[in-house]
Amino acid sequence: MPKKLPSFWEAIEQKGYSRRDFLRYCSIAAGMAGIEAVGIPKIVRAFETKPRPPVVWLHFQECTCCSESFIRSSHPIVADVVLDYLSLDYTETLQAAAGHQAEKCLHDTIKNYPGQYILLVEGSIPAGNDGVFCMIGGRSAEAIFQEAAKDAAAIVAWGSCASNGCVQGAKPNPTNATPIHKLTSKPVIKVPGCPPIADVMTGVVTHLLVYGSVPQLDSQGRPKEFYSRRVHDTCYRRPYYDAGLFVESWDDENARKGYCLYKMGCKGPVTYNACAVTKWNEGTSFPIQSGHGCIGCSEANFWDNGPFYRHLPSFPGFGIESTADDIGTGVGIVTAAGIAAHAVTTNIRKKKLIEGQKERALKDKDINGDEGGKK
Amino acid sequence: MAEFQSPVFRRIYVWEFPVRIYHWLNATCVILLIITGYLIGNPLRIFYANEAYQQYWFGVIRFTHFVTAFIFFFNFLARCYWGFVGNSFARWTNFIPLKKSQWREIIEVIRVDVLQTAPSERTEIGHNALAGFVYFLSFLVFAFQSITGFALYAANSTSLLPKFFTWIVPIMGGDFAVRQWHHAFMWFFILFTMVHVYLVFYHDYIEGRGTTSSMVGGWKFEKDEELKRD
Repeated sequence: MPKKLPSFWEAIEQKGYSRRDFLRYCSIAAGMAGIEAVGIPKIVRAFETKPRPPVVWLHFQECTCCSESFIRSSHPIVADVVLDYLSLDYTETLQAAAGHQAEKCLHDTIKNYPGQYILLVEGSIPAGNDGVFCMIGGRSAEAIFQEAAKDAAAIVAWGSCASNGCVQGAKPNPTNATPIHKLTSKPVIKVPGCPPIADVMTGVVTHLLVYGSVPQLDSQGRPKEFYSRRVHDTCYRRPYYDAGLFVESWDDENARKGYCLYKMGCKGPVTYNACAVTKWNEGTSFPIQSGHGCIGCSEANFWDNGPFYRHLPSFPGFGIESTADDIGTGVGIVTAAGIAAHAVTTNIRKKKLIEGQKERALKDKDINGDEGGKK
Repeated sequence: MAEFQSPVFRRIYVWEFPVRIYHWLNATCVILLIITGYLIGNPLRIFYANEAYQQYWFGVIRFTHFVTAFIFFFNFLARCYWGFVGNSFARWTNFIPLKKSQWREIIEVIRVDVLQTAPSERTEIGHNALAGFVYFLSFLVFAFQSITGFALYAANSTSLLPKFFTWIVPIMGGDFAVRQWHHAFMWFFILFTMVHVYLVFYHDYIEGRGTTSSMVGGWKFEKDEELKRD
């Protein structure tokens, strides 16, 4: 039998938070999850009554930058509540327990709260060589994931590693690093980014807590509330793009003026994320604001998408410096030369052709008499 | 010089009005799309005298690209429709070599075009089989460019049509790949235009049947005796 869990409010009241703190948190959470003001009472009610779900946070092939990002959520209460009061039952990085105790925590959560716990996965899973590249407690990452995923209420892929393989999954992908959605038939909420924005992460968790359902996802499995718009379309430098004002090199006058970084290889136009809206580190800044183009870290295969500082990647199979334009120009020149040569040889044959026509015409005359008209 | 006589030529109405309209609209669109598309990929480095609020040239280039793309797309659809209702020269069967005679003609045209041998037999009065097949391949590229283009456009549009094409994005692995291939296939159009225009002139010259003017007036010319042979 699943154990009875205290509600959110009960849990934080016990820890000494005031009603005011609680309501403030609810408003922030509403903002994070993109819920309008009239929806705040709904959140308060949800946190007062709904049992606080246990959370299992698994770490596989990753660098922990997602966790690092998460603990820098813009409002301390958000991180506090999520980390301390979200019943974080198992997370290798932050838990106090170690060894067998830690493993017991994981198994207890899975056993005691089937269908209730939220599974957060950070990192990709190596599928090559039976998964020997990532073993925890003597078990492969995939075995642990499958056990935890079986009874999870919701599965969230934290960061690009779990969503699309990220750097481990880049060519040649020696460990066969696999994003988690390929290993389970359950729906996976992908929160890509290297790392994802802290406030986006808390926003997704908040949505799961408040609504108890998976947020609306786009065609690639990302929550629409955060990943439906391109960085480019929300970028404060966008007017420079439309006006055709671009940074031409990193140290030019245009860079100082803060013009568009499109020609410096900014991947904003092909990247779906909320960076330009929520920004990072309590809304301080984001890459483009700091003068560096977007590297497209929340897009699949971004490591394989060519150099960061060039917009057009190398064309596959033509060496690292050849873009489609270089090849196209080359083929175009060869074609033009071919056409010119063809035209020249055609003209050399011209005389013969005209003579041939004349002869045939004469022959026609012999057959048809004068009916065919004269020239 | 001996007096000689030309064979009798008959006028044949080959390209109907919708085909001709399609051709020139398509040609205009393709040229505009190549120019604007190339500029979107590689913006010019002039125009830096003004501030952002004083100019919008890049926006205009993009707008032109998008509007032209819509015209290109519907024009293409109209041509596909005409491939089923038009005259025998416009029919879809001209574009897909399913008959043995079409394959024979493809080899013949390659011999004439590449090896520059004298034409040994009469080629089709409409599209020759090789041209038709190349146009079919280019229709596939049209479709590819339309799908990828609209998929990219969907992100900054509220209209319904582009949203039907976003399924390509997850298949190709993201906007980046879609954009890259959309850009690479621009070169198909550039090379196609070069070769197409040259071959029209070349065939006009070696066949002497009015290939070039036929796309303006619709008429081609065929020797009386060739027609009688059919």
